[in-house]
Amino acid sequence: MALPNSEFKNTKNLMDRASVSQRIKRRLQLNEIFKYVFLAGLVFALLVLSTLIYDVVSKGGGWVNLDFIRNFPSRRPEQAGLYPALIGSLWLMMLIVPMVFIVGVGAAIYLEEYAPKNRITSFIEVNISNLAGVPSIVFGLLGLTIFVRIMELGNSIMAGALTLGLMSLPIVIVASQEALRSVKMELRHASLALGASKWQTTFNVVLPSAIPGIITGIILAVSRAIGETAPLIMVGAATFISTTPSNVFSDFTALPIQIYNWTSRPQAEFQNLAAAGIIVLMTMLIIMNSAAIYIRNKYTNRH
Amino acid sequence: MNQPNKGLSIREMIEANKKKKYSTTNVFDKVMPFLLFLSAFVSVVTTVGIAFTLGFELFKFFERVPVAEFLGSTEWYPLSADQRFGVWALVMGTLQITVIAMIVAVPLGLASAIYLSEYASERARTILKPILEVLAGVPTIVFGFFALSFVTPILQALIPGLQIYNALSPGIVVGIMIIPMIASISEDSMSAVPKKIRDGALGLGATRLEVAIKVVMPAALSGIIASIVLGMSRAIGETMIVTIAGGSQPNFEFNPLNAIQTMTAYIVQIAKGDAGYGTIEYYSIYAVGALLFIFTLVMNLFANWVTRRFREEY
Repeated sequence: MALPNSEFKNTKNLMDRASVSQRIKRRLQLNEIFKYVFLAGLVFALLVLSTLIYDVVSKGGGWVNLDFIRNFPSRRPEQAGLYPALIGSLWLMMLIVPMVFIVGVGAAIYLEEYAPKNRITSFIEVNISNLAGVPSIVFGLLGLTIFVRIMELGNSIMAGALTLGLMSLPIVIVASQEALRSVKMELRHASLALGASKWQTTFNVVLPSAIPGIITGIILAVSRAIGETAPLIMVGAATFISTTPSNVFSDFTALPIQIYNWTSRPQAEFQNLAAAGIIVLMTMLIIMNSAAIYIRNKYTNRH
Repeated sequence: MNQPNKGLSIREMIEANKKKKYSTTNVFDKVMPFLLFLSAFVSVVTTVGIAFTLGFELFKFFERVPVAEFLGSTEWYPLSADQRFGVWALVMGTLQITVIAMIVAVPLGLASAIYLSEYASERARTILKPILEVLAGVPTIVFGFFALSFVTPILQALIPGLQIYNALSPGIVVGIMIIPMIASISEDSMSAVPKKIRDGALGLGATRLEVAIKVVMPAALSGIIASIVLGMSRAIGETMIVTIAGGSQPNFEFNPLNAIQTMTAYIVQIAKGDAGYGTIEYYSIYAVGALLFIFTLVMNLFANWVTRRFREEY
């Protein structure tokens, strides 16, 4: 900050000790005050998180029990459960994981190990980073047109899984690329020097070293996908369903859809059910995220 | 045991291997790069799919509703007998949410970033940052529930005349949702400012606050701007919070106390109501979706450009 000229004029002596020390004192005070202002910003975010958890647990905690997990949705709140939604979410997960694993890791390997540095490659890279910023509801519109209508999958688990899979791809690709990039060059060189081909090196040496990072990325991406509501509404996930899905082309519902359904009902009991559903969903996500963190910590610095 | 290579030197073995044109190794080395390229190409196909989907249905929408009405009118009554499709009513809903969200998220996100990068000890950082990431991982449906069942009642107690469905409550909650995003991207770019620059300023007698505001923030400005723009793009595309807590009354009026409808919430409303395939309402969600896609795409491209163009290299 430039010193204002007026201060020089007012000060007969440039080293006016009183004014300088006063000024320093003020600057130090300001420093101290703002330290706590910044901390307050951070603490506020954390307070909101704990309030949110407290709010959900206090409203729904008493409603989570074995019957809630085992029962079908019902018009009578005390009998309602989320069994089909839970099964639907698990189905989605089972389909999304192999999909994003094969395509996402394949894309990452191509971009990191094979891709020549040319326009097509950089176009693909820019494309991936833009896809990551496309709102999930737009992916829902894509799913509605391509999977539900043109490919005639109907409002099926497959349509939902494909939509969520495409949405998660950018996250998986970027995470896998980072994991592959962190594999040391020496490992690749050693393998090639022993006579292994490019693909043998990639598949037997690079991929195994990168796999913990890749798995962490996939778990995080899939846990994002499992919590998504809007794309599933677009592909027409049912809000009320009386059977569990029998195959990938069955109608289905999922946890976020069920929670949304309960949230949008006016009666207080359904708000409690929604909160209970949120507890189940968040528990699932916490388990998945803990697994990701465990894998990341266990395998870091192995090489 | 049959050993065809018995008696050959290693050099001869390698040459023999090379001659086998269709060995598994050779086939894999020929085929795999192509298959991998195809999986990388899926992302391009997805983008083309989005553009095709939105463009095609948008065209059908404009066959029924003139472009001038869509972009020139502020009345949006798609479900009444006298249908009106002036998209500005929905854009206004989205704008209110975005403005409120940024008022909440920018100061809090930047404060968190400055604290984490300039003040926090290494230990505090390793504890606080993951907690912030947990906040980023909360599904939006949960935030929506929180907005409607917790934030709205509190705001109603504070502000008389606030409707149950309003722009204020979801706006604030969308802002809270974005805090981790702004904090983490800004913190990354502030942490990337080299320590010697900070030490230089501190050595000249600057306080930590002065270093943060006058040295680190200007140096990290491109990252900070990118984080804010990306946050805005998230707010524009956010769906469930505004659907649950914002209501479904599109109106062209900047009043956060009233019920609104955002572009995203409208798409959900029509999709949920099973609008018959081929009706104008059905095509209208693609028109709104296309506009949404363009808004977010422009902001994402701008954020990328800012990061690349104004990055300070050390």
